Amino acid sequence: MKKEMESTVKNICRDSGNDKIHLLDILRRVQNQFGCVSDEAIDLIAKSLNIPRVDVESTVTFYSFLSKEPKGQIVIRLCNDIIDRMNGYDKVAKAFREELGIDFGETTKDGKISLENTPCIGMCDQAPAALVNGEVVTYLSTDRAREIVKILRLTGNPKKLVQRLGDGNNAHELVKSMVQNNIRRAGEVVFSLAESQPNIALEKALAMSPVEVINEVKTARLRGRGGAGFPTGMKWEFTRAANGDKKYIICNADEGEPGTFKDRVLLTELPDRIFEGMTIAGYAIGAEEGIMYLRGEYEYLYNFLEATLEKRRKDGLLGKNVMGKKEFNFDIRIQLGAGAYICGEETALISSCEGFRGDPKNRPPFPAQRGFLGYPSCINNVETFCAVLSILDKGAGWFAELGSRGSAGTKVLSVSGDCQSPGIYEYPFGITIKKLLKDVGAEDAMAVQVGGASGQMIGEKDYDRIICFDDLATGGSIMIFGPQRNILEVVDYFMEFFIEESCGYCTPCRVGNVVLRNYLQKIISGKGEPSDLDFLQKLGENIKAASRCGLGQTSPNPILSTLKNFHPVYAAMVREETEGLQPTFDIQAALRDSEAITGRKSVLFIH
Amino acid sequence: MDKPKIATAALTGCFGCHMSILDIDDRILKLIELVDFNKSPINDIKEFTTRCRIGIVEGACATEENVEVLKDFRKHCDTLIALGDCAVMGGINAMRNTIPLKECLEEAYLNGPSVYNPEKKIPGDREIPLLLDRVYTCSEVVKIDFKLPGCPPSADTIWTALVALLENRPLELPYELIKYD
Ligand SMILES: Cc1cc2nc3c(=O)[nH]c(=O)nc-3n(C[C@H](O)[C@H](O)[C@H](O)COP(=O)(O)O)c2cc1C
Ligand code: SF4
Repeated sequence: MKKEMESTVKNICRDSGNDKIHLLDILRRVQNQFGCVSDEAIDLIAKSLNIPRVDVESTVTFYSFLSKEPKGQIVIRLCNDIIDRMNGYDKVAKAFREELGIDFGETTKDGKISLENTPCIGMCDQAPAALVNGEVVTYLSTDRAREIVKILRLTGNPKKLVQRLGDGNNAHELVKSMVQNNIRRAGEVVFSLAESQPNIALEKALAMSPVEVINEVKTARLRGRGGAGFPTGMKWEFTRAANGDKKYIICNADEGEPGTFKDRVLLTELPDRIFEGMTIAGYAIGAEEGIMYLRGEYEYLYNFLEATLEKRRKDGLLGKNVMGKKEFNFDIRIQLGAGAYICGEETALISSCEGFRGDPKNRPPFPAQRGFLGYPSCINNVETFCAVLSILDKGAGWFAELGSRGSAGTKVLSVSGDCQSPGIYEYPFGITIKKLLKDVGAEDAMAVQVGGASGQMIGEKDYDRIICFDDLATGGSIMIFGPQRNILEVVDYFMEFFIEESCGYCTPCRVGNVVLRNYLQKIISGKGEPSDLDFLQKLGENIKAASRCGLGQTSPNPILSTLKNFHPVYAAMVREETEGLQPTFDIQAALRDSEAITGRKSVLFIH
Repeated sequence: MDKPKIATAALTGCFGCHMSILDIDDRILKLIELVDFNKSPINDIKEFTTRCRIGIVEGACATEENVEVLKDFRKHCDTLIALGDCAVMGGINAMRNTIPLKECLEEAYLNGPSVYNPEKKIPGDREIPLLLDRVYTCSEVVKIDFKLPGCPPSADTIWTALVALLENRPLELPYELIKYD
């Protein structure tokens, strides 16, 4: 057995050319093969790749899909994000626990099935959902959970869980997934690509000079769709101008922001076009290589995406002299992630592509100056590449006319939560929340979380505000909360998420978020005082100011935005303590152990 | 006019902070010109006889008695100062916080290599205050107005702080007084 493992691990390393840059791929394969990356495997890999053992171990322990302890052959990862919780997560979780006879974090005695929780897997429109190895199961109920366990016990094959195929390419033979697209509103820019002729945009771009392409994107005033809204043309220009023997174009398909699932649908329905967009970007910045960083949760799309790439290669749309253009060589590879929200942050994504822990890097230098392996790199969101195609197809002027003043074009929104029609909606920028709520069937919404966990929560008085980079910015996530929901519980969930996902590098983020949550829970438990609200505000601002990357810079937002927009909810929960005592100190609880050990009651604090 | 009253107490700690108070040397004469001592181990007054302007507490809360004393101080003092690392952060006492209480007591009274305890009983006499499940800092139990860290805070730190407080001036501690290594 040991010998066998040794040769298998060595072979896996050899397959990847014993190149440390493929460490993450190697670890994923070892994990899949053996259910864990054991200490022995870590030793072997370190030796084969000729890197320090600690580099391997710290990578294994960083990603949630990798583990040192053995997992079952099948791992059920039940999504426990806030939307799933609102849609019956508790009951489904209970059904899984009972049927498997184990708790979360455990493996059945026969070593067959492990049960775990996982944050948002990008299926909020069909929650509750779970990943079973790579397979996605959606619209879970208690009956369905029990049935899933039975099928897995009987067949040992997660593929057998898919009974009815989803719409569109979800039914493609290389996908064969039950996921539904739920496209509710196809707009002018992204989803109109389904009707436009493929590769016309690429052809047009190749007929221009790279600088002309960049100017076109600049004239269109395109801003990045991943959330931060940085002007795309400018980013391309910087990367083009930067010194480097090689340049890279990277497509950010990590889509980890809770409540976002639009990239999932774009990857399913428009993969060819996304790659076309990446090729245009590659041409514009002078790159010969592109990387698509695909979140591990979307592994079910991997073969389909690979096949799409392969076809493009065959058709001369990738590879040497793309579309016959002399001296333009460009190819794309897909890098699979392994379950880490922080890897969506561009510098963390680069670390992850380099094979290691997804740790963010210091800036400057920005990726455009020194990115992947130190070469100038341009990272864009999936949707940004789609928008580029429309710009080249229909003209920069046409695009710039769409949308609102500071935000040209459209935005693809992922709408979930308490509404009649959760799903994908593409609107020109500038739509009011009110109009959106009407269209999705949620006019009674008590609160709307715009921009995912890192965004902001707004209430009714703000429903006339508009979605755009200068007012309510969002990478696409819109989560709706009806009147029956408890705002503070939602906020508490978001804080739990950030605590779990912080990479731990900066103290304000690693420790500060925990302290924030402790104070929040103090308030939720009815022991809060008015001064705690000021404390939350101050600490939140400090964390934002003193954190290195976007995670820490936005993690206090759920608290800060609700303190602002839902102040009465907090005010109703806090009370002034007049005796100078700490309401959180519970003497009876503090004495319970002692009383049990000594077998006598306290004489000082009689109860 | 009456002199302001001051009270001090030592919870679970080593009494080092009180020693440090005494380290103000001859300034103690000046101190008794400035204040009257009420409940304090320094004069052995056991109970508050009046309300005090300042209470100084050294040590952490490790037992029920500590909690009672601390609450009593909060009740009787306008301004409460946590003095020293144990009071402020739990100090050495808090080392037991990572170990369940039962294990601590078993090690101390039953299993430790030098233990002689033929009855194999963990003491539970009513005279001995019960231990809390873990060690708490003073501000986890009551509101604390000022914290003076240090193990112990030096006599000069204590003196400067007290005088500033009595004279109602902002406290300015030079770097040497808040440098701890
Ligand atoms: C914690 C964190 C997570 C992020 N996750 C994503 C993501 O999943 N997808 C994405 O496109 N951008 C994400 N971003 C933003 C990226 O860092 C980057 O700004 C973006 O990919 C740039 O592409 P764009 O200019 O086309 O928007 C994230 C940022 C942070 C701070
Ligand atoms: S802000 Fe948080 S996630 Fe970002 S680098 Fe610092 S610790 Fe890591």
